[in-house]
Amino acid sequence: MSDPRDELVTHLPAMRAFALSLARNGAAADDLVQDALVKAWSNFDSFQPGTNMRAWLFTILRNTYYSLHRKRRREVEDPDGVMAGQLSVKPSHDGNLAMRDFQTAFAQLTDEQREALTLVGAEGFSYEEAAEMCECAVGTIKSRTNRARKRLAELMGIDENETFEVTDGKTMAVLSGKPAA
Amino acid sequence: MSKKPKNRLDEQIDENLRRVYQTAASEPVPDRFTQLLDQLRKAEGDKPNSEADA
Repeated sequence: MSDPRDELVTHLPAMRAFALSLARNGAAADDLVQDALVKAWSNFDSFQPGTNMRAWLFTILRNTYYSLHRKRRREVEDPDGVMAGQLSVKPSHDGNLAMRDFQTAFAQLTDEQREALTLVGAEGFSYEEAAEMCECAVGTIKSRTNRARKRLAELMGIDENETFEVTDGKTMAVLSGKPAA
Repeated sequence: MSKKPKNRLDEQIDENLRRVYQTAASEPVPDRFTQLLDQLRKAEGDKPNSEADA
C-alpha cells in the first residue's frame, strides 16, 4: 500500500524553484522549503486526495514566505521603482541578455509580481488556480502578471517592437531560423 | 489550457522565465530534504496513534 505522502518528494525540485523565485536567495529558499515541508507533513490531513498536490504545497510555501517576510517586506517595498530603476539592466547591442540579467530584473519585481508570474508563466497554473493559491481574485492575478511582464520589459530596457532572448545557443538558433512561432 | 500571451514580447518573457525556472527546478535536491522526510516519517512511526503503517 502506498502512502500518498510518498508523492511529496517528487515536488521538491519545483518547490525549490518556486521558493527561489520568492526568496531570491538559495539558502533562504531552501530554509523556506524545509519549513513548508514540515508544515505540509504535519498538516497532511488538510490535503484532499485527488486534488493537485503541487498547488497545495505551493500554497503552504507562499504562506510560509509571507508570514516570515511580511514585516520586512514593507520596509524594503519599492512601489515607485526608484531603487529598482537604478539597478536596471540594459540589453547588449544585439538585444541579447544573459540569463543572469534576466534574473536580476526579475528579482526587482514585487513579491506579488514574482509570485504571479512564476505560478502562471513558469509553472503553468491557470489564472484560476493561481488566484486560489494566492487567495485573491482571478483579475488580480491577471493584472499582476501583466504588470510584471511590463515591468520586466522596462527594467531590461526593451520595448514591444524589439525582440530579446536570454543567451542560450540552442534557443538562439531556433529563433534566428524561425522568427515567429 | 489556452492562455496565450498578448504579444511577442510577453511570449519571450514567459519563454525566458520558464528557462530560468526549469534550470532551478532541474537542480539536484540536497540530501537534507530526503533526510528530513525520513525523519518525519520515523517520528510519526513512533507515535501510538499512527494509522497508515504496514
